[in-house]
Amino acid sequence: MKIVDLTVIPADDRTAVAAIAAEAQVNFKDCYQCGKCSAGCPMVQGMDLMPREVIRYLQLGKVQEVLNSKTPWVCAQCGVCTARCPQNVDICATMRAVRHAAKDAGITPVREADVFEDEFIKNVRAHGRSNEQYLAMKYNLRSGHLMQDVDSAPAMFARGMIGIATHNIDSRDEVSALIDRVLQNNGAAKEAPKGGDAS
Amino acid sequence: MTTYSYFPGCSANSTGISYTKSADFVCKKIGIELEEIPEWCCCGTSAAKLTSYDLGYALPSRSLALAEKLDASRPIVAPCAGCYAALKDALVYAQASKENLEHVRDMINMPYEASVQVMNLLEVFSTQEAKDALQQQITKPLSAFKVACYYGCALVRPVEVCKFDDPEDPQSMDTIMRLAGAEPIDWSFKTECCGAAQQMAVPKPSRVLIERIFQNAEANGANAIVTACPLCWMNLDMRVKAINKERAEAGKPAFDLPVFFFTELLGVALGGDAKTLGIDVHFQPGAPAFIDQKVKESAQIEEERKLAAAEEARKLEERAAKLAAKKQAKAEDVHSPQGGEQ
Repeated sequence: MKIVDLTVIPADDRTAVAAIAAEAQVNFKDCYQCGKCSAGCPMVQGMDLMPREVIRYLQLGKVQEVLNSKTPWVCAQCGVCTARCPQNVDICATMRAVRHAAKDAGITPVREADVFEDEFIKNVRAHGRSNEQYLAMKYNLRSGHLMQDVDSAPAMFARGMIGIATHNIDSRDEVSALIDRVLQNNGAAKEAPKGGDAS
Repeated sequence: MTTYSYFPGCSANSTGISYTKSADFVCKKIGIELEEIPEWCCCGTSAAKLTSYDLGYALPSRSLALAEKLDASRPIVAPCAGCYAALKDALVYAQASKENLEHVRDMINMPYEASVQVMNLLEVFSTQEAKDALQQQITKPLSAFKVACYYGCALVRPVEVCKFDDPEDPQSMDTIMRLAGAEPIDWSFKTECCGAAQQMAVPKPSRVLIERIFQNAEANGANAIVTACPLCWMNLDMRVKAINKERAEAGKPAFDLPVFFFTELLGVALGGDAKTLGIDVHFQPGAPAFIDQKVKESAQIEEERKLAAAEEARKLEERAAKLAAKKQAKAEDVHSPQGGEQ
């Protein structure tokens, strides 16, 4: 059991919680801590905070605990928590918003999850489509898990499921321009002052 | 003949090739035409959403706009559950308000009305038209197949986006399998997550998700698992080998359950062979032999059912004849001097 000091919540932390609430479109005060999200979560065995605890810390303004937690990065985004919440708290969207906030703060508690998303988007940016064999290869190289799933590759090659050739679309430049445009605009929006307090 | 705009998804020609082949076969058989959306791009799946909300809407919207350009009057069909969820999520977002639609148009830089409906393949096969056509075409009922229909997450969640089947106990695949003569079992893991992409990023806590799905299907008496998603299929069919190895080390028995796409089993019921349907490229090598065995058993069951039905009909006839004879005897009795006073 950890002692949590609730007497002082820095203003910056309150603002950070409000930004997460605004992005996820959630009012954390709706949650009455029934724990249904955590009971149904298939990934809890890999989490350091239960989904319910993530919401509790956000209710209390303790954002640092949440930004440093592995939980949002272990979350598989299956959405069972949100589907079962009796108070309609979108826990799944909260996990996404926390990941974005953590990444912006330079925190990636599960590096592999970050590398995977990053390589996935790079792959789509380059080809317009996702090429699973190259995604797996680059992921292994960058994450350092060199041999992961390698034993499945020969079967896939032998059965013609994957090959050396990449799937490209003619208009892949359009797709890369779209990705760049959206991410640049997102970056610019984050620089701009944020208004509103959703919590 | 119904034509749909077709969004194959990135795994259609790689790890999901069996889904593509079998869906093609079944659609042709029952008069469904799939026209590929030219220049469609990756839907971005959860990776785009986790990178940025806007990217999660923009990538699928580009393909939705291309589908409108192809033919705005027909629905899009996305066989992959991940693609279906991403496309429909982007559609629902753009339909929610004028501002949202305007925002999407700006991002994709294309004309876009958010007017085209998005369907998954189970929805397509749940239409009355498709069901009637299937019923007519089935030549090999799957009577020996006891299947665990596994829907996964993306077909039913988020609930307010998908709105297609019950989020806890969906029935569409069960109904289709029953139509093909199979017996869908009752089980608890229909909409549990298989771990999706986390199987690569955080394999340790994710493996147990697959193990639980096999465990529950087996405990409830299934002899096969059926999916409607290429990612679920790959996670289950490819990774069970490693799980079985770990189980052997722990002294636990191995799982012996082949995993099929629902279109593969429909294809079998419609008379397709393993190679045409892509069953020969499964990771679990026993799949084609399992099909052969169960098709034989199914034929036997059907034969026994026919004999039983004939026997039943004969008994009924016999009983009816006896009854008729009795009636006749009674009537004769009535006409005899003692009975026929009136």
